[in-house]
Amino acid sequence: MLRKILTILSFLALISVSAVQADQKKIGFIYIGPPGDHGWTYMHDQGRIFMENALGDTISTTYIENVPENADAVRAIRKLAASGHDLIFTTSFNYMDQTLEVAKEFPDVKFEHATGFKRMDNVSTYSARFYEGRTIIGHIAGKMTKTNTIGYIVSFPIPEVIRGINAFYLAASKVNPDVKIKIIWNYSWYDPGKEADAANTLINQGADIIVQHTDSYAPCQAAEKAGVLAFGQASNQEAFCPNSHMTSIEDIWGPYYAAKAQAVVDGTWTSEDTWQGFKDGMVEMSPYNTKLLPLNIILEAKNMETAIENGTLHPFEGPIYNQAGELVVKEGEVADDGMLASMMFYVQGIDGEVPQ
Amino acid sequence: MSIELIIGILNIVLISTTPLVFAGIGELVTEKSGVLNLGLEGLMLVGAVTGFITLVLTGNYFYSLFLSIISGVILSGIFAFLVLNLMTNQIATGLALTIFGIGLSAMLGKKFGGTPIDGLNPYYFIVISFLLVFFVAYFLSKTKTGLIVRAVGENHNSAYALGYNVIKTRYLTIIFGGVMSSLAGYYISICYAPMWQEGMTAGRGWIALALVVFATWKPWRLLVGAYIFGGVAIMQMNLQAIGVKLPGQFFNMMPYLATIIVLVFISSNKLRLKLSAPSSLNIPFEKNQ
Repeated sequence: MLRKILTILSFLALISVSAVQADQKKIGFIYIGPPGDHGWTYMHDQGRIFMENALGDTISTTYIENVPENADAVRAIRKLAASGHDLIFTTSFNYMDQTLEVAKEFPDVKFEHATGFKRMDNVSTYSARFYEGRTIIGHIAGKMTKTNTIGYIVSFPIPEVIRGINAFYLAASKVNPDVKIKIIWNYSWYDPGKEADAANTLINQGADIIVQHTDSYAPCQAAEKAGVLAFGQASNQEAFCPNSHMTSIEDIWGPYYAAKAQAVVDGTWTSEDTWQGFKDGMVEMSPYNTKLLPLNIILEAKNMETAIENGTLHPFEGPIYNQAGELVVKEGEVADDGMLASMMFYVQGIDGEVPQ
Repeated sequence: MSIELIIGILNIVLISTTPLVFAGIGELVTEKSGVLNLGLEGLMLVGAVTGFITLVLTGNYFYSLFLSIISGVILSGIFAFLVLNLMTNQIATGLALTIFGIGLSAMLGKKFGGTPIDGLNPYYFIVISFLLVFFVAYFLSKTKTGLIVRAVGENHNSAYALGYNVIKTRYLTIIFGGVMSSLAGYYISICYAPMWQEGMTAGRGWIALALVVFATWKPWRLLVGAYIFGGVAIMQMNLQAIGVKLPGQFFNMMPYLATIIVLVFISSNKLRLKLSAPSSLNIPFEKNQ
């Protein structure tokens, strides 16, 4: 009797499993950090959760966290591809070649690579125009700094990061020609201790505003402790540094993820390049801290957001010179996406050289 | 350079180097008794997360410190039982401990990731770290128990024949090392960068391991070595901020490179090697030989 029941039960289980597999699309994510970083990976995970809520039972999601940007990434991506995933998001720049390598082996699986520029028939790329946000915080920093020294903590010398530095500096120097930025390259996306060291070093050298392009909230915390101002990274970090956090550039991936997952469910997915900013809601500013920022600066920032959305303001408006003094964007023109996507030079006025 | 700037730099160096001193001095004692514990990174992470969670739940620094230490005792106790009683391979067990610690800390800390806490003043720990090095140096060279630890590490069979309890000695040194690693982790999540994030020790356990070799198993050299590693890292940040172009990746690998150079140097001469590394390091002890 017991055996019969067990047989029936297992048979039922088999049916239900295969039924689930038949109409559910499996969607996988590769994360560079832990979803609990409250920065880059956290926001991708928020996007994943948004997608799950939006599409409900038609999809199921998996993620692999803390995947290093080396050969290990190939194994992680392949693991997802081989285990029946229909769509895989690889959410860091240096997964680029690894994504393509696996994509060649699995032509039926769709891939979405964040912040990259290499595409295939089954590989899309997507990114957000974070630099629009950097323009806003550059403007605020230029107005708010008293020492005219801004500390900027960065991870790796890739176009994404350098574009951010340039956009920030162009906006800051526009409202404050005396502004100087001090840059520290950490060569890691995620090391809270080192990020705190870098922030403290910059503050010690006279910076009164800390900007970061790394993933933990340690710099903001260090700024809070030292009594200087800071901007958060990727998500709203005000809870960790309420007296120093002026605003933050938030990455909003959810709607994009939901749209692409829907396309896979509907069978309409195609390879494309997506690069969206304020206008499409992929980049947002966290609420401006009214305790720290004067009302007129908040209004200016909000107007700039609107202007960028409308296209009346572009973060890279000519004339722009590089460090050698050569004109790279002519007066009356704006930098095109090609130049932005491969930007590996500092604009005039930034000290130091781009590391090779 | 103004005096203020230099004091500021020293301050940052002190704050950032202390976890290396804690983890390194603990591992030094463990290795002096002939046991190689590669589990530092895991022990640090579990110590960090245990302290953090306890602080969030109780709001009491004493409890959080205490439980963090207990986590080190338990984990290193398990390690000791495996390598001493069951005589498992020390390298494999240590690596397993690291992997286990990374996973366990991530699991425990899942719900606590974004909780803001009030950090503790790092200077208590900085002072303790200096005292600790002094204490360990004195203990290993001047006390009878310290000499027993070294005897066990140099030749456990002779030490056993002389009537010393090899297993008990090693239990104690392993647990001491474990507690020091937990303290290093506690310092990181409570003082250095007051937060919990997965994998936040970011490889400091491995640097501490390299440091012990770099210091050729001598406590004062370990302190100097730690401050060289920490000092170079902070100096390169300062130079970068001033605008000097530096190969940052090079500085990231410098601790390991320096350790390899020291290893090559001490291995080039048999006598030098003998004078430095504990002879019984990484060799299991069997009582009934």
